[in-house]
Amino acid sequence: MKIKAIYVLWIRQLKRYLRSRVRIIGSLAQPVLFLVALGFGFGPIFQKAGGGNYLDFIAPGIIAMAILFTSVFTGIEMIWDRQFGFLKETLVAPISRLDIMIGRTLGGATVAVMQGIAVFILSIIFGFRPANIFSIPLAIVFMALIAIIFTAFGTAIASQLEDMQGFQFISNFIIMPLFFLSGALFPLQGLPNTVVMIAKFNPLAYGVDGLRGALINQVHFGLGTDLIVLSVIAVVFLVIGSYSFSKIQL
Amino acid sequence: MVKNNGKKSNGNKNDENKNNGIIINVSNLTRDFNGFRAVDNISFSIKKGEIFGFLGPNGAGKSTTIKMLTTLLLPTKGSIIMNGHSPITQPDKVRKTFGIVFQDPSLDDELTAYENMEFHGILYDVPSNVLKSRIEQLLKMVELWDRKIELVKHFSGGMKRRLEIARGLLHHPLILFLDEPTLGLDPQTRNHIWNYIKELNKKEGITVFFTTHYMDEAERIADRIAIIDHGKIIAQGTSDELKKKTKTSFLEDAFISLTGKDIREEEASTLDMLRMHRRMFKR
Repeated sequence: MKIKAIYVLWIRQLKRYLRSRVRIIGSLAQPVLFLVALGFGFGPIFQKAGGGNYLDFIAPGIIAMAILFTSVFTGIEMIWDRQFGFLKETLVAPISRLDIMIGRTLGGATVAVMQGIAVFILSIIFGFRPANIFSIPLAIVFMALIAIIFTAFGTAIASQLEDMQGFQFISNFIIMPLFFLSGALFPLQGLPNTVVMIAKFNPLAYGVDGLRGALINQVHFGLGTDLIVLSVIAVVFLVIGSYSFSKIQL
Repeated sequence: MVKNNGKKSNGNKNDENKNNGIIINVSNLTRDFNGFRAVDNISFSIKKGEIFGFLGPNGAGKSTTIKMLTTLLLPTKGSIIMNGHSPITQPDKVRKTFGIVFQDPSLDDELTAYENMEFHGILYDVPSNVLKSRIEQLLKMVELWDRKIELVKHFSGGMKRRLEIARGLLHHPLILFLDEPTLGLDPQTRNHIWNYIKELNKKEGITVFFTTHYMDEAERIADRIAIIDHGKIIAQGTSDELKKKTKTSFLEDAFISLTGKDIREEEASTLDMLRMHRRMFKR
């Protein structure tokens, strides 16, 4: 394993991200819209139903959403590297495919976590109050796990695709359902069994649950379960991502 | 039986070749794409310090051959030995020995010229104490030192190509692969680039493997030329040898006499059309 090579791949992703201000602001707009529209819109009803403060409830879900979208996208961004040719530069370099995969994933995941923290700060401005400031580091651990899982997932998909045409399909048939069936917007308690079952197989549900546990002390699966499940899935997705990445031929 | 004999004699050749300074030895190389044979049983060898031109019409199998030599594509059959290692079984060892300038740009547009160089240097493990001075020297050579902090997306096609050449040389490769390095460039830039490359070849003794479909380039630059068509090498030798063989006085005539046709695009056969479609789908 070449740490320097992983580092340089990581820093490249950060540089690219920090240079595209339009992208940063653009990808913050959607989470903020969800937070404001839903948070304030459904707030009174949620309160009346005895759910407590809805903004506090969905803020962790919206942070997870921002991380989900950013990390899948940075993973899939590899298609652009393929089309613009930069992928070839890394593939002919004397470093292993695994190192390339690790560097890319860490880079994409770091970008996604930064995006998640930005949404977290914005949500505080809009009135979100975390229950415990000292568990913010734990929240960041959950953000990192979500980011790693879905960056690796995006890379695995990108290894199979040759252009961005399939992206819309993936967005509508995988990413949106993952988000809506994760409990990010509503509590999983008391839902039809089918929905709860689906959520049990949704990695994002554990991420949302973990974030909510860390930030507002509300858990469905339990923090320990969340951590273990997410860590296992992260390893599995990294392996799948590395495998499909290693199969790329140009 | 015939195959066995072929392999044996190749094996012997390999041993001799080490002494003769052969740096690339390709034998019986074949690549199929879904039943279509892009490269068909080609064999050739290149001496250390030689400039070798791979000449052929569009879709003849030039890029496919380069991809196999540079570890990007696995051959269906055949063997390659580069500087004593096989790109198929020891890709990492082979990757250190060559630099490559691809047909289409492979730079990161969102990084500066300097950052693209730095990225490459670190990936190739160029010692950090020489990296800076080498980048400076190479960027000065391709006359891009003044623009080192500009993002590559603002560069013209010629500038990008020059930057790629500089980058391909950063890790001091033994072999430089150039896949149609001057395609789409104006004559001034073409001339400029070839002058660098010839000088490098003379000064540093770098082996150069380039593909082109420009006859004049092959004739002017290459020490030896292989002509490839429909995936097969139909002739190889110096420009003079090829002319003598075909009793022509220009390489262009020799090329036509060997391939039968002049410009491939103008009378594309169904096979060429198929290739084109395949390429388009590949994208």
